[in-house]
Amino acid sequence: MSIEQSKIRNFCIIAHIDHGKSTLADRIIEKTGTLTSREMQAQVLDNMELERERGITIKSQAVRIIYTAKNGEEYIFNLIDTPGHVDFNYEVSRSLAACDGAILVVDAAQGVEAQTLANVYLALDHDLDVFPVINKVDLPSARPDEVAQEIEDVIGIEALDAPRISAKTGLNIEEVLEQIVSKIPAPTGDAKAPLKALIFDALYDSYKGVIVFCRIKEGTVKVGDNIRMMATKAESIVTEVGYFGAGQFIPCDELSAGMVGYIAASIKNVADTRVGDTVTIADRPCDEALPGYKKVNPMVYCGLYPADSSKYPDLREALEKLQINDASLQFEPETSLALGFGFRCGFLGLLHLEIIQERLEREFDLDLVTTAPGVIYKIHKTNGEVIDLTNPSNLPDPSEIDYMEEPFVSAEIMVTSDYVGAIMNLCQERRGIYISMEYLEETRALIKYDLPLNEIIYDFFDALKSRSRGYASFDYEMKGYVRSELVKLDILINREMVDALSFIVFKDSAYDRGRRMCERLKEEIPRHLFEIPIQAAVGGKIIARETVKAMRKDVLAKCYGGDISRKRKLLEKQKEGKKRMRQVGNVEIPQEAFMSVLKLDEE
Amino acid sequence: MRNLEIYIHTPFCVKKCAYCDFLSFPSDDNTQARYAHSLIQEIKYYGSLMKDYKVSTIYIGGGTPTWLDENLMVAIMNQIHENFNVDSEAEVSIECNPGTVTESKLRKYLGCGINRLSIGLQSADNDELKLLGRIHTYEQFLKNYELARNVGFSNINVDIICGLPYQTVTKFMNTLQKIVRIKPEHLSVYSLIIEKGTPFYETYKFDAVRQEAGMPTEILPNEDEVYKMYKVTQMLLKDAGYLQYEISNYAKNGYECKHNIGYWKRENYLGLGLGAASLIENVRYTNTRELYKYMEGCNKLHDVGENIFISNIHDEANEIARKAQMEEFMFLGLRMNEGVSRGDFERCFGMPIEAVYRDQIEGLKREELLQIREGRVYLTDKGMDLSNYAMAKFLM
Repeated sequence: MSIEQSKIRNFCIIAHIDHGKSTLADRIIEKTGTLTSREMQAQVLDNMELERERGITIKSQAVRIIYTAKNGEEYIFNLIDTPGHVDFNYEVSRSLAACDGAILVVDAAQGVEAQTLANVYLALDHDLDVFPVINKVDLPSARPDEVAQEIEDVIGIEALDAPRISAKTGLNIEEVLEQIVSKIPAPTGDAKAPLKALIFDALYDSYKGVIVFCRIKEGTVKVGDNIRMMATKAESIVTEVGYFGAGQFIPCDELSAGMVGYIAASIKNVADTRVGDTVTIADRPCDEALPGYKKVNPMVYCGLYPADSSKYPDLREALEKLQINDASLQFEPETSLALGFGFRCGFLGLLHLEIIQERLEREFDLDLVTTAPGVIYKIHKTNGEVIDLTNPSNLPDPSEIDYMEEPFVSAEIMVTSDYVGAIMNLCQERRGIYISMEYLEETRALIKYDLPLNEIIYDFFDALKSRSRGYASFDYEMKGYVRSELVKLDILINREMVDALSFIVFKDSAYDRGRRMCERLKEEIPRHLFEIPIQAAVGGKIIARETVKAMRKDVLAKCYGGDISRKRKLLEKQKEGKKRMRQVGNVEIPQEAFMSVLKLDEE
Repeated sequence: MRNLEIYIHTPFCVKKCAYCDFLSFPSDDNTQARYAHSLIQEIKYYGSLMKDYKVSTIYIGGGTPTWLDENLMVAIMNQIHENFNVDSEAEVSIECNPGTVTESKLRKYLGCGINRLSIGLQSADNDELKLLGRIHTYEQFLKNYELARNVGFSNINVDIICGLPYQTVTKFMNTLQKIVRIKPEHLSVYSLIIEKGTPFYETYKFDAVRQEAGMPTEILPNEDEVYKMYKVTQMLLKDAGYLQYEISNYAKNGYECKHNIGYWKRENYLGLGLGAASLIENVRYTNTRELYKYMEGCNKLHDVGENIFISNIHDEANEIARKAQMEEFMFLGLRMNEGVSRGDFERCFGMPIEAVYRDQIEGLKREELLQIREGRVYLTDKGMDLSNYAMAKFLM
């Protein structure tokens, strides 16, 4: 089946979180008649089963839909779903690269939000044509006309004719479908040119090997072709090509320029496939690789250790599988005296870290111990060498250090005017440098600050939300490195340094952090038969100390009426506490303690 | 003939004390009569099933058993003797609350074979008694005590609680010294536990957490003070000629409570009455805790399970797995100062104790919490102080 390029529309949906992106996607699939409502539910269920079977979540999905427009022509829509969390431009960006246009969903009640803007700019960066739809017009608080005006004013794209829809009820979905045809351009590209396909996602299937999700920019690919990954140089023979039904793979004969689909080529080594890489044909390669994506570097690092140290190989395998479709996840093995074998992992941000951690625990059934997240510091040594420090334990001797730099971000915080003061206070506390403030409307302000990244990776989101009662939204991008006075704060438990608890901190905050860290650990570490000093030290100098008193008495005097089971329960509870302990020297430390640094600011 | 201990529960109290979470409650005369009747049914039923057991101890607990009409108590005891094979030397104890005892009651108790009195005094300080919600004063206790001596009780225990709200070490020592002067044969000294569901829990729960964490407390004595009270008890009672034979129990030589020792040694015991637990040949049975369900059930007692002891008034019946038997053997046995006997362990389980617990024993020995001498494994003084820590090690 050859498909006319002019009848293809490759697009995605972008939105601020909760503005109705997924609901609209579901409705489009349903309305095009690809599926009946009931089938759709069934499909979704199938898909979940598939996920369960393979232990992998199909994260970034694409669906091919056939739509008969009002002009009587049949169109093929490839709807490429962007990942739900849009805090990380990278994640969105690779989905956008497979599209020619984007639907912008804006909530009729909430209007333009921080991420709406961020996503639109990202789409425009990728040369996508964007058209807005105003969703949730069925809400009593909907103000579609105002929001349309807002879109024009704030974003600067035409919005007065934007479809006013309710994705929930299905209202005006046809209008959206028509606008997809009229406002999103058809793909271009020569089907006869050498193959040039962009990998925008991938997943691992135990039968088919790595399945590459790609957008064919130029040329054609079919079964039997010997393909080559341009970055990794890996070659293999195509065993299957196809497109995406709702939640399932549908094989076809070939994929040609303008199309979106998948390639399976029995690629067993997951490292051979890099999302963002270009696929070409080995005997007839294209002259140069596609630009791929803006290379993103992890900004936040932490140590991930299996709670059960025998699960180390499982953790490695799990990280490798996650990395196939999340190239931004980086990891390398490390060892800790306290925690044993694990990995130092790099993430795009704290949310990314949490998602990975959650997926590892849920999808791979791993129990993890996470160390305090840190950022990458640049260490300028006296011999002129510059090193990127991701693990505090690797900090060179102070005598070898000329100076250190820490990363700063440019932060934009959108907040209602009532909370401007509170938010500015927060930024000041976090060593922020005030840049500007402007009122977008009478009641909403955009505050700009430069903030040290290490001040926002712990709990900044939470603090922001609580101080603005949830009204603030936050976005940031890397600004660069700034020279700073930094020190390594070590924690000694029973006079032994616990490497997994060390972290780098701004010099003036060291005393305060050290003190709070000791207090926190005092609460976390159970009493032993001996007294345990907990000390915070900077460069060998103790700056704070707490003591866990020795346990002298632990007697349960009562036991009556033959009620032995009650006594057993109490002893079992005592025993249970022991299981999640790590031995450091002769002190047993609960695993939670290693994450306690995260909670320092909770009080 | 196999050995059996009997526990009889009487759940009635004049009034619930503020710290008490035992299965007990006030009631009217009619309910008490019906309850006694039910007990008798249960006694008859189990008596017929346990003809080949010899009863070595009987313990009547509560609640306040001495609040029960004396004639009912006599009837219950008579039924026990009629339906069970009770050893003529059997230790027969009754718990008693000062303020509920009369001379005629005490005489009747002696008459029906009760030969040991366990008096719940708790404190010799009237302010403390009031705070605890006790119905009696120290003076009333003294009168009852004298009465019991005069009537002829020659084996009396006094229960004391330490670690009470506002209690200082000195105040507690006063209580202890007062008791020592009147020379009971046996003393049980418990430390107060703030139990969920009691008025004390609502009042002192935060303080209890602070106490447990070793932090300064507001009203309860802090952890160090409670520890001192425990140590003071050991020293003072030792000087007065009492032997500590279990974590909270002290006795003049030969007056150790046989019934309690039976629990620690995992003897067979039959619990009669509301919520009572039994252990018979390594099966644990628990009676229902619902009064009316119990009383109705006793009217037509019958067996319901795969073994003849499981009856319709049981809430639970669980066979104790071999592993759990070993665990209980250890954590119950180690409550006693003499600890557990290696020979007993081998007889019960067919293997030496080290085959199962070598690491635990070695570890605790290194920490100086446990010793082995002359075929016995027992906790050191330090080990007794940390008995929960040590016992938890024996759970597998």
